[in-house]
Amino acid sequence: MPTPTTCAAVDRRAPVAGGLDPEIGRLGLTIEIGGLPIRLRAPNPEFWSLLAARYSNFVRPEARAEMEFDLIAAAPGALSQEERVEVRCEDGRWLLARGDFRAAFDLGSRGGHLACVPNPYSVDTLLRVVHSLLLASADGLLLHASGGIRNGRSFLFTGVSGAGKTTMARLAPPDVRLLTDEISYVRRTDGCFRAYGTPFTGELGIQGESICAPLAAIYLIEHAAENGLEPVPEAQAARHLMRHTLFFARDARLAAGVFTTVCELVRRVPVFRLQFQPDPRVWEMIQ
Amino acid sequence: MSTTYIARSSAVAARRLGDEMVMMSALDSTLFSLSDVAAVLWEAADGHTPLDQIVRDRVCSTYEVDHPTALRDAEEFVRALAAHGVLLVSDHPIEAPTAQASAASASGNSR
Repeated sequence: MPTPTTCAAVDRRAPVAGGLDPEIGRLGLTIEIGGLPIRLRAPNPEFWSLLAARYSNFVRPEARAEMEFDLIAAAPGALSQEERVEVRCEDGRWLLARGDFRAAFDLGSRGGHLACVPNPYSVDTLLRVVHSLLLASADGLLLHASGGIRNGRSFLFTGVSGAGKTTMARLAPPDVRLLTDEISYVRRTDGCFRAYGTPFTGELGIQGESICAPLAAIYLIEHAAENGLEPVPEAQAARHLMRHTLFFARDARLAAGVFTTVCELVRRVPVFRLQFQPDPRVWEMIQ
Repeated sequence: MSTTYIARSSAVAARRLGDEMVMMSALDSTLFSLSDVAAVLWEAADGHTPLDQIVRDRVCSTYEVDHPTALRDAEEFVRALAAHGVLLVSDHPIEAPTAQASAASASGNSR
């Protein structure tokens, strides 16, 4: 029986001294999601500790970072109340803005900064945007879906808000290892689509495990009076998955990359419509 | 009556999935699904073959439809896709369409 792959070493130590970057006096923390390590340099121990706890399953001190970000603490109220995240690219430099943070980075030099009121939500958003951009040209995507690994294969559950993503995670039997109850990370490596755990949480409030496994099936979920399962034709599946894919940038080339990945995904991985009652028996259909 | 030429915009990503052609405008991420006949027109939109000839050679020869009806439907399809900037339309042959050219066509020269 195949077993899930550990994608990053779990390190729950508190390597404050080991994480100190002597050149700039900041505290470094490397967070690896989907096999892509990103190093954050916190301005103070309090912010570092907050992040170390938030991403504990994904901290990987030994990993060589693909990108590095300096975090800059902003005073509460220093930014704006805007709740919508704005993402744009100017001369190759990506700029992100929301009420609680401002960020800028360059995919070429693989560096940037994030100015925010110290909280994990701003960093969460930064990581989601950065990973979505990196994946767009790397045969991958972020999907608004919960997921888990069972018998060495991964299963994802996607749908609109309220469709039951968190419910599916909550109803999972003990032999299922949680990848996420909110944002799934899908990436094709060696010709095989795999789902990776993420720290991005929904209502469940529990970060996933840093593991991955070949993707066995994707389910379009909805609550119903009876449990039911039916295959979804490829074109229809692609339209659904495009709707549930997280992509923040208005960039034609990257958008085309996401579309191509979705088309390949539905060709290689079966997609089902899953109607279910909020009852553990639904997992009898997930094998 | 002038001759109509059509070409695919490079700002469009298109894939055949099962028996359906699915495409996305990379300009605004709008998704389209094409019928069988529309897919035939799309695939034949090389910028050099007149629409009238495409309809005669690729549509009427395959489907049981008379030429005037097929051409009328084709022109409607072409107008719809041109409006979204994913198809370039001109009264002269089109060389190497680009996203910019297509967008310009959709806003300026499309019919």
